[in-house]
Amino acid sequence: MTMARVAASQRSLLGHSYNLVGVVASLVILAWTLIAIFAPTIIPHSIGDIVDDDYFGPMRQGLWLGSDYLGRDMLSRVLMGARYTVGISLASVCIACFSGVVLGMIAAVTGGWLDTCLSRFLDAMNSIPSKLFGLVVVAAVGSSIPALILTLAVIYIPGAYRFARALAVNINTMDFMTVARVRGESTAYLIGSEILPNIMRPVLADFGLRFVFIVLLLSGLSFLGLGLQPPLADWGALVRENIGGLPFAAPAVIVPSLAIASLTISVNLLIDNLPQKIRDRDA
Amino acid sequence: MTSGVLNLVLKRLAIAVVTLLIVLFAVFFATSMLPGDTASILLGQAATPEAVAGLREAMHLNDPAILRFLRWLLGLLHGDLGTSYANEMPVAALIGGRFVNTMELAGITTLLSVPLALTLGITAAMLRGSLYDRTVTILAIGVISVPEFMVATLAVLLFAVYLKWLPALSSVNEAHTLTDLVRIYAMPVITLTFVISAQMIRMTRAAVIETLSTPYVEMALLKGASRGRMVLKHALPNALGPIVNAVALSLSYLVGGVIIVETIFNYPGIAKLMVDAVATRDLPLIQSCAMIFCLGYLLLITIADIIAIMSNPRLR
Repeated sequence: MTMARVAASQRSLLGHSYNLVGVVASLVILAWTLIAIFAPTIIPHSIGDIVDDDYFGPMRQGLWLGSDYLGRDMLSRVLMGARYTVGISLASVCIACFSGVVLGMIAAVTGGWLDTCLSRFLDAMNSIPSKLFGLVVVAAVGSSIPALILTLAVIYIPGAYRFARALAVNINTMDFMTVARVRGESTAYLIGSEILPNIMRPVLADFGLRFVFIVLLLSGLSFLGLGLQPPLADWGALVRENIGGLPFAAPAVIVPSLAIASLTISVNLLIDNLPQKIRDRDA
Repeated sequence: MTSGVLNLVLKRLAIAVVTLLIVLFAVFFATSMLPGDTASILLGQAATPEAVAGLREAMHLNDPAILRFLRWLLGLLHGDLGTSYANEMPVAALIGGRFVNTMELAGITTLLSVPLALTLGITAAMLRGSLYDRTVTILAIGVISVPEFMVATLAVLLFAVYLKWLPALSSVNEAHTLTDLVRIYAMPVITLTFVISAQMIRMTRAAVIETLSTPYVEMALLKGASRGRMVLKHALPNALGPIVNAVALSLSYLVGGVIIVETIFNYPGIAKLMVDAVATRDLPLIQSCAMIFCLGYLLLITIADIIAIMSNPRLR
C-alpha cells in the first residue's frame, strides 16, 4: 500500500501520476529508441567484421556479449538489430494506425453503405491469422524492407480500424456532433477537429499494443527466414542465424531474444500502468 | 432457444461463409501475384518460348483471373487440391499424413492446456490481488509479450540443455515405444501449451472477475455463503459462457503458434510444409495449406462467437 502511494506520488509533465513500473518501462523504451537512432556511431566493431577466433564465444572483456556463429561481435549486431526491429515496426505501426484510424472515423461519421462495406471487408481480413497472412504475402511480394513495412501495416490495419470505429461511433452520437453537422462542417473537419481529439488517448494506447504485435510478427517472420534477409539482421534474424548455438547456451542466441522481450514487455507494462483516465476510455 | 438466438446464430454462420470466400479469394490473388511466370518456372531456363506458351495454354494461365479462381474453387469442392510444383505430387497426398500429425499436436496441446489454464485462471480470479494472483498474471503477460520462438528456445535450454531430459528435435518416424513418443511430443507440446495457456488464463481470469463483481454474487456474500460456494454455485455457472468463449478464442492462437513450433522443432506437420512451400514458392501447396489454416481458425472464432451469443441470457 505505502509502496503504491509513494510510487503514485511521482508526477510526470502531463500531470498524471505514474507508478514505478511504468517509469522503468518507459526508460527501457527510451533507451532502445536512442540505440536505434545512434547505433552506427556507438557500435564497437563493424557488424561484418570477424573479431573472434572462435565461434559462439562467451561474454568477456572487449566482446561484452560474446561472438556469433562466424565470430562476429554480438554487441554490435544486437545494437544494429535494434535499428531494423524498432525502425521497421515503428514505420508499419504508424501506417497501420493512421490508415485504420482515419478509415474508422470516416466510416463512423458517414455511416451507410460505405461503413457496411468497409466493416465487412476489414472484418474478413481480420479473420486471416496474422502469421499466415504474413507468410502468403511475403511469398508473393518478397521481403525487401519497404515490402515488409507495407505487409505488416496491411495486416494490422483492420484491427486499428475496428478499434477506432467503435470509439468514433460513440462520439458520433454526442450533441456537439449534431451541432457541428447542423453548422454544415465538412467530413474532414468533423473527424479532425471533433472526433480525433476525443479518441486520441485510447488510440495512442492501442498504437502501443499494435506496435508490440508488429514487433512479434516481424521477429517471427525473420526467425522463419522470411523476414529481413542477410546481410541485414533484425533481432529475429539474429536468433535464427545463431540457433546452432542453442545446445551450448551461447549468448548469441539468448541476447537477441532478451532484447525482443525487454522491448515488448516494457511497452505492455507501460500501457498496463498508464493512468486509469487514459486506459479506461477504451471500453 | 427462441427464434432470436437462432437468427443471430444463422446470421453468424452466414458471415463465416462470406468471410471464408473473401479469404479464399485473398489467398488466391496473393499467390497469383508471385513474381515470375508459372509456366517458365516449371519448364526451367532452357525451355523454348513455344513450349512455355503451350504449357500456359494447357494450364489455363491465359484465362482471366476470376475464371481461374472459380475453376480452383470448383476443384476444391471435388477434393482436388491441385499438383505441387516442386515435386509433381498431388497436394492432397502431401498434406494427408502431415495433417494428422498437426492435428495430433493440436489435440494433445488442447487436452493439456485447457484444464491447466482454467484452473489457474479461476483460482487467480478467486484470490484476486494476492501474491499468487500477481505471479500468475505477470507470468501470463510475460509469455504473451515474447515471440513464440523465444518460449521454444527457453524450453529447449531448460529441458534439453540444462536438465537433459528431452531431445531438442522431433522425428515422428522414429517412435517405437511409448517413452519415445512422449519424448518426441514433449518439447513442441510444452511450448504450445505455454503460449495457448497464457492467453486463456488472462481471458478466464477477466471473465470470472467480471462475474464476481455482479450484485447477485455480492448478495451471496452478504447472506453468508462461503467463498467456495459463492464462486462454484453462484459465479461459475454464469461465467461459463464467457469462459468457453475464451477457450475457443485462445485455441485459435494455435494457428500462429504451430507455424513457429513445427519449424523450430522440425516437426513434420502442415505448418512446416507450408513454410517450406513459401521458401520454394510452391503455389498450389501454399494455397491449400493457407486454406486449411484459415478454415480451422474461422471455425474456432465462429464457435466462440456462437457460444457468446447462446450464453447471453438476455437473448434467450
